[in-house]
Amino acid sequence: MIEALAFYMFAAVTVASGVLVISARNPVHSVLFLILAFFNSAGLFVLLGAEFLAMILVVVYVGAVAVLFMFVVMMLDINFVEMRQGFLQYLPIGGVIGLILLVELAVVVGGWQLGPAISAAGVAATPDVAQVTNTQALGQLLYTHYIYLFQAAGMVLLVAMVGAIVLTHRKRTGVKKQVIADQLARRAEESVKLVKVDTGKGI
Amino acid sequence: MLEIGLGHYLTVAAILFTTGIFGIFLNRKNVIIILMSVELMLLAVNINFVAFSAELNDLVGQVFAVFILTVAAAEAAIGLAILVIYFRNRGTIAVEDINMMKG
Repeated sequence: MIEALAFYMFAAVTVASGVLVISARNPVHSVLFLILAFFNSAGLFVLLGAEFLAMILVVVYVGAVAVLFMFVVMMLDINFVEMRQGFLQYLPIGGVIGLILLVELAVVVGGWQLGPAISAAGVAATPDVAQVTNTQALGQLLYTHYIYLFQAAGMVLLVAMVGAIVLTHRKRTGVKKQVIADQLARRAEESVKLVKVDTGKGI
Repeated sequence: MLEIGLGHYLTVAAILFTTGIFGIFLNRKNVIIILMSVELMLLAVNINFVAFSAELNDLVGQVFAVFILTVAAAEAAIGLAILVIYFRNRGTIAVEDINMMKG
């Protein structure tokens, strides 16, 4: 009973904030609704027994990705009113495609049944939650069977980081920077000049 | 109705995915909203994976969801970096103007 109530609450808020993400007038509000959607789907994950993923969702999505979106939205000086033009122009075609997709998904989900051999063909059965927590079980799987994939995921993140830095880094001209090598290479004879000044004349 | 099963979660994920698709079509002028729609679609896929993982009592679905999360984070970082340099060069982020690179 409690589980059903919690599910319906999380699901309703997730879907509602998902709709508001794409329809909010102000992109800042869109990002805030995106954060709300992530929080509530983290709640759904907890209901499913995937606590680790729920916390990762909060940490990575809310803490990093959504804040990144927020930075970019606020950094770019965009005319939001102009942005909204053409909104209604694409409404019919988008609505038709969305509706078709939703009906197709409903037909697939509605008429689909789990095969009898599927549940027996599991690769790594979830251990008993009373003995091994979800995080421990996931770690035992991720660091053993899936270690290469895990390392590859790390490489993906590294490449993404390098790519983002390379893309956005720019050389500015006219910026005065301290070059320590030049400072250390200076000698007295090339930087100090002794001038004999005649009296009453100046240089 | 009060018994929450796999179908309920799949329904939520399907609605969320469709919302993402709809958002891409609706916000043709704002790339930021399109990137957010993509994030919503990836979230829907993750809900599907975790729901099946719980239903089939198989942890691999959750492992896969972790990888999807990784890729989503990388995609957001790269996409926003491209967006920033595009805005720096053009002064706009309208998708309709991006085709100037063709040919």
